[in-house]
Amino acid sequence: MKTRYTYGGDEHIYVEIGEEMSLEAFFVALSMSNAVRDANLPGVTEICPANSSFQVRFDPDVTDPEEMMAAIKQLEAFSDQAEKRLSTRIIEIPVFYQDPWTHETLMRFRERHQDPSGTDLDYAARINGYDSVEAFIEAHHSAPWFVSMVGFVAGLPFLYQLVEREKQLQVPKYLRPRTDTPKLTVGYGGCFSCIYSVRGAGGYQMFGITPMPIYDPEQKVSYLKDFMVFFKPGDIVKWKPIDRTEYDRIEQEVENGTYQPRIAEVEFDLEAFNADIAGTNAKLMEALNDA
Amino acid sequence: MTLEIVKPGLATSVQDLGRPGYFHLGIPEGGAMDRFALRAANMLVGNPEDAACLEAVFMGPEIKFTADTTVAVTGGEMPIMVDGEQQQTWTSFAVKAGQTLSFGFLKSGARIYIAVSGGIDTPPDLGSRSTYPIGALGGIEGRAVAAGDVLPIGAGTAASAGRSVPADLRRGPSNPAELRVLPGLYWHRLTEAAQASFFDDTWTVAPEADRMGYRFKGGRPLELVDREPPFGAGSDPSNIVDGCYSYGSIQVPGGTEPIILHRDAVSGGGYFTLGAIISADMDLIGQLQPNTQVKFVRVEMAEALKARAQRKAMLQKLREELM
Repeated sequence: MKTRYTYGGDEHIYVEIGEEMSLEAFFVALSMSNAVRDANLPGVTEICPANSSFQVRFDPDVTDPEEMMAAIKQLEAFSDQAEKRLSTRIIEIPVFYQDPWTHETLMRFRERHQDPSGTDLDYAARINGYDSVEAFIEAHHSAPWFVSMVGFVAGLPFLYQLVEREKQLQVPKYLRPRTDTPKLTVGYGGCFSCIYSVRGAGGYQMFGITPMPIYDPEQKVSYLKDFMVFFKPGDIVKWKPIDRTEYDRIEQEVENGTYQPRIAEVEFDLEAFNADIAGTNAKLMEALNDA
Repeated sequence: MTLEIVKPGLATSVQDLGRPGYFHLGIPEGGAMDRFALRAANMLVGNPEDAACLEAVFMGPEIKFTADTTVAVTGGEMPIMVDGEQQQTWTSFAVKAGQTLSFGFLKSGARIYIAVSGGIDTPPDLGSRSTYPIGALGGIEGRAVAAGDVLPIGAGTAASAGRSVPADLRRGPSNPAELRVLPGLYWHRLTEAAQASFFDDTWTVAPEADRMGYRFKGGRPLELVDREPPFGAGSDPSNIVDGCYSYGSIQVPGGTEPIILHRDAVSGGGYFTLGAIISADMDLIGQLQPNTQVKFVRVEMAEALKARAQRKAMLQKLREELM
């Protein structure tokens, strides 16, 4: 990884930790953006960590861009030494794979897809070398995922799977983006999964849908009363496959205000994870199953 | 008091100076596309500069007032009528209870700002009344105004009619419009030939031009430097590992049509950006109509800061004139 610093116009500094996605790059981006926050640099207005990069917005009338760039560069050495460790939470997200709503939508946009003859899951399974859609779905939900960025649109999480590089699933985006995606679609593009927080345009492949809202501007959903956005970078997610009956049941519970997502507090240590991926994931799952 | 939307226009929305501070959650700053015009409209009617106005694009709304008040319209040039009687643009005028404000065809620019003394008083979300439809925030239930909507107006300061912004402080794009660009971000992804042609070619505003972004056509395709796709980026040469987008940054999906990301843009994504429009020229984009010719002009940071200082001085001069 080689850190690259550049300007985004006269109001932004953009820091690319690595061209490639990796948890190492994510942790450096997160600890550097935290260091920028803690440094209270005059003029900084917004700090946005992303998958393998981060961006600082600032007022150049308060601090000259060159000075701001120098101040941020100085924090790199500090965050190199920062512990790659997070106190976070693991959340179980129910997913109805191969649901009728994303199916209807993907059929409407078939001419924008690499393989108009099948579904998004047929295509994703085939190009990743799986014999069946069922086997691919299992690979998608068997290991937990790490929220490495929140953005694109309001509250949308990008998720990176906690498996060895060679086991990562990779699927290109649609050839041309769709103009419609059902709300709460579980999508896939590049090496990232996502949950579309709202209905709208999108280019990620569509695998299923969750009945669990993750963005609520009216803040009526029981677990979104404190804040309208559910996810933050560093959250860990475990998909739980569900069928139509369970989908309907959860949707009704959300409506009644009685649905509570299953959540456990956990520690995530990158070195421990790299030393023993299966063992670390087993511990995460144990914490979740005890919750 | 209230005002009633009789006809909504094309996409008229409540806007103020936006809701900074939530970009890391995918919620953009939003707010007026032409911030200077919004500030000027507010000053003309005695409002705080950041009060909420109506932003109308290409076509004006028709509005009925329930009480006497003072109104000003700034931004693009569009004939302004009160019960059919013509009013001056960039100038405050009186409206009586029961009268109707309407507009003729757009003559220049793209967006007008309608300020009412007291400001539009719809409930703020995350500190702003700006309408952000994707996230259903601000405005009226997060959407553009519709016929029959009744908008509450705050308590005004009885600003006088006939206050006017001097002509030299009304800024609009030239023709062809010039937009200054600071190269940066993923500029290195372009070949030298593409780096040159981006600035040499004349581009045209495409029909896909809205609060999220402005698309441009007509220039030569921009060739990207060959590379092995980085893990996680995607296979297209224009893909990157999804990162943040700067306000005003210019993405070029597939290397064909540049898109300037504006106030309601997505906060991040997987396309390379070649640099960003300087902050001093962001307002101008909001006044570009489709089919307008545009030249991108390369600048360095020193020039961007100088232009920013000029804009600030212009705003200060406006305050001295009107406050």
